[in-house]
Amino acid sequence: MSETTASNGRSAFAQKLEARLGQKLVSLSESRGETTIEVLPENWLAASALLRDDAELHFEQLMDLCGVDYLSYGDDEWDTRDVTSTGFSRGVEGRMVGRFKWGEAITSENGSAKGIEPVPSPSRRFAVVAHLLSLKYNRRLRLRARCADDELPSLPSLVGIWPSADWFEREAFDLYGIAFEGHPDLRRILTDYGFVGHPFRKDFPLIGNVEVRYDPEKQRVVYEPVTSVEPRVLVPRTIRDDSRYEQASAERKAGK
Amino acid sequence: MQEIKNYTMNFGPQHPAAHGVLRLVLEMDGETIMRADPHIGLLHRATEKLAESKPFNQSIGYMDRLDYVSMMCNEHAYVRAIENLLGVEAPERAQWIRTMFDEITRILNHLMWLGSNALDLGAMAVFLYAFREREELMDCYEAVSGARMHATYYRPGGVYRDLPEQMPKYGESKWHKGKDLERLNEWRGGSMLDFLDAFTADFPRRVDEYETLLTDNRIWKQRTVDIGVVPPEQALAWGMSGPMLRGSGVEWDLRKKQPYAKYAEVDFDIPVGVKGDCYDRYLVRIEEMRQSNRIIKQCADWLRKNPGPVMVRNYKVAPPSRVEMKDDMEALIHHFKLFTEGYTVPAGETYAAVEAPKGEFGIYLVSDGANKPFRLKCRAPSFVHLSSMDSIVRGHMLADVVAMIGTYDVVFGEVDR
Repeated sequence: MSETTASNGRSAFAQKLEARLGQKLVSLSESRGETTIEVLPENWLAASALLRDDAELHFEQLMDLCGVDYLSYGDDEWDTRDVTSTGFSRGVEGRMVGRFKWGEAITSENGSAKGIEPVPSPSRRFAVVAHLLSLKYNRRLRLRARCADDELPSLPSLVGIWPSADWFEREAFDLYGIAFEGHPDLRRILTDYGFVGHPFRKDFPLIGNVEVRYDPEKQRVVYEPVTSVEPRVLVPRTIRDDSRYEQASAERKAGK
Repeated sequence: MQEIKNYTMNFGPQHPAAHGVLRLVLEMDGETIMRADPHIGLLHRATEKLAESKPFNQSIGYMDRLDYVSMMCNEHAYVRAIENLLGVEAPERAQWIRTMFDEITRILNHLMWLGSNALDLGAMAVFLYAFREREELMDCYEAVSGARMHATYYRPGGVYRDLPEQMPKYGESKWHKGKDLERLNEWRGGSMLDFLDAFTADFPRRVDEYETLLTDNRIWKQRTVDIGVVPPEQALAWGMSGPMLRGSGVEWDLRKKQPYAKYAEVDFDIPVGVKGDCYDRYLVRIEEMRQSNRIIKQCADWLRKNPGPVMVRNYKVAPPSRVEMKDDMEALIHHFKLFTEGYTVPAGETYAAVEAPKGEFGIYLVSDGANKPFRLKCRAPSFVHLSSMDSIVRGHMLADVVAMIGTYDVVFGEVDR
C-alpha cells in the first residue's frame, strides 16, 4: 500500500486501476490509505468482473456491500455561520433525521452547508458501495456506483461474481429499495414480513410507520400507525468548519 | 407404490440450538436437507439508523450490543473508523490496553462458542467449565469499565480510563465464605495486571481440560469430522473471514496482515485447518485461545512497565479531567460542548476493520462534516457466514445443520443489527 510513485502523486496501484479500467472509471480518489473508485451503473458488472479476474488486481473477496442514501447530505439543523447581534441562532431549523412522522417530508431550512469548504452534495440520491479485498495483494478497494433513477433506483446484481453479494443485496433492497437486476431471490431480509417502506431512507421516520400491540378483542396482534412515541432528537445536527482540528493538530505538534 | 414427497420443516426462532432468533425453513427429503432458507431480522433494531440521529460518542454503546459476546472488538472497529476520519491517534498505552482487551474478548467469545457448540452436540459439562473462566474475564471487564458485558470502554482517542490499581474482591456472603472465599480471592490481592498474570499462567491448563473432554472424544468426532466441509474457494467466494476461513486452510488474519493497535509488536501464531470441516474449526478456535493467552501475557508485561496517558489530550475529542474542569474556564467550555453537541468529524468516508473473534468486523463510516454520522454500516461476520448456510448444508442430515449453526458461531445481535 505504500508503493507511492512520483508521477502525478498517485500510487502504482491507482495507476494500475486507471490502466485496467480505462473508460469505465468515473473517478478515483485516494485518502487515508484507502482507494475509492466510482463507475457508471452500466459498467458495474463489467468493472466488478475485471476487478476479480485480472491477475494484477485479483479482488477475490467481496467483504461488504451496502446502499447509501445521499438525501440531505451536508445539511444541518443549527445555523452556526450567520452571527447576528444577539449571537448564533438558538433554535433548530428544519425537519431532519428523526424529527418527522410517517407521511411527513424531510426538510432543511439551512440548505447545504456553507462552511469554509462547502461539502459537494452528490447529484444522485442512491449509491451502492462495495468493499473488495484482495488476499493475494493484501489490498482493499471501495467501489461505488450511483443509481441513475432516484425514484426507482436499480443496479445489476453481483451475485454471479461474488456469491456473498446475495444477502448484502437483499439487505440494500430491503433498507433502501434499491432493486438488483438479476438477483435470484430479491426478498426483504431484515424487516418484518409484510413491511411497508424502506426504513433506512433518509425520508423514512426514525420512529417508524407502524407499531404492534395485542388486541384482546380480536385476540391477535394488530398493526397500527405509531402513536405511542413522538419524533424527538435531543442533539441538533451541526456542521462546523474544521479549523478546530487544524488548531488541535497544531497544538499537538507544539507539544502542548 | 406410496408417493414420497419433500416436506418443509420450520426450525426456530425459539429453539435452543438456533443460537438466538434464527428461523430456518428447511425443505427436507426424509432426514436430508434439500434446501435451507434462513429467515433473519427478528432482532433487527436498526442500529445503523439510530446512530445517524446521535452524536458519534453516543453510539459506542450500541456497538457492544451488536455482537454481544465480543463487545470490545466491535467498539474497536467503530472507534478506529472515527479516529481515521478525525486524524487522531490514541496514545501508546491505550493501544496496548485495546490489544489486551481485544484478546480477552476473543477468549470470552471462544469460550462461549465452545460451551454452546458442545451443548448443541450433546456435551453438557464443557459449558459449565467454559463459564467458570468466562467469569474471571468478565470481572476484568467490570473492573475496568464498571459493566460486565456492555462496557463502552474504548473511546475515540484512547480508552475511558486506566487499568485499576486494585482488582475488586468477592465479599463474604451466605454462599461464599471461609475457604471458598479465600479461593475466589486468591488472585485478587494485587492490581488487575497481577490478576491477569495469574490467569494467563493458569489458563493453558484449563484449555487442556476442555480438550480432554472433546478433542479425542469419539462422539464429538463423529458429530464434527467431515461435517460441513467448506473448501477454501467456497470460503473466499462467500466472503468468509476469521476462523471460518482459517479452518479451510487459508492463512489470513488481519492482526498479522493489516496490523492495527499493537499487534505488530506482539508475538503470536495463526492456526489454520486442513480439511475445513467442523472439527478443524474447533481445533483452530481452541488454538486461538492459547495464542490469545500469550498476547494477553505480553500486553500485561508491557503495561506494567510503561505507565502513561490512556487518552489524547485533545479536548475537542476527549473530555478534560474533572479537576481541570473545576478551575479552568476553557476546560469547562470544552466539557460542555463535548457532552452537548459532541465533536464534528471532517467530511469523508472510511472503512475500518478489526479481526473480531468471529471474523472481520468492519465499520464503513460516511461523515458529511456533522456531529453525527451520515451513514454507518456494520460489516458483521456472522451475517456473511450465515448467508452461505444454504450452499453448505444441502445434502447434510438435519442433525448436521445444528452442528453447522454452532460452527458458524453466529450471534444474532450482529446478524440482524
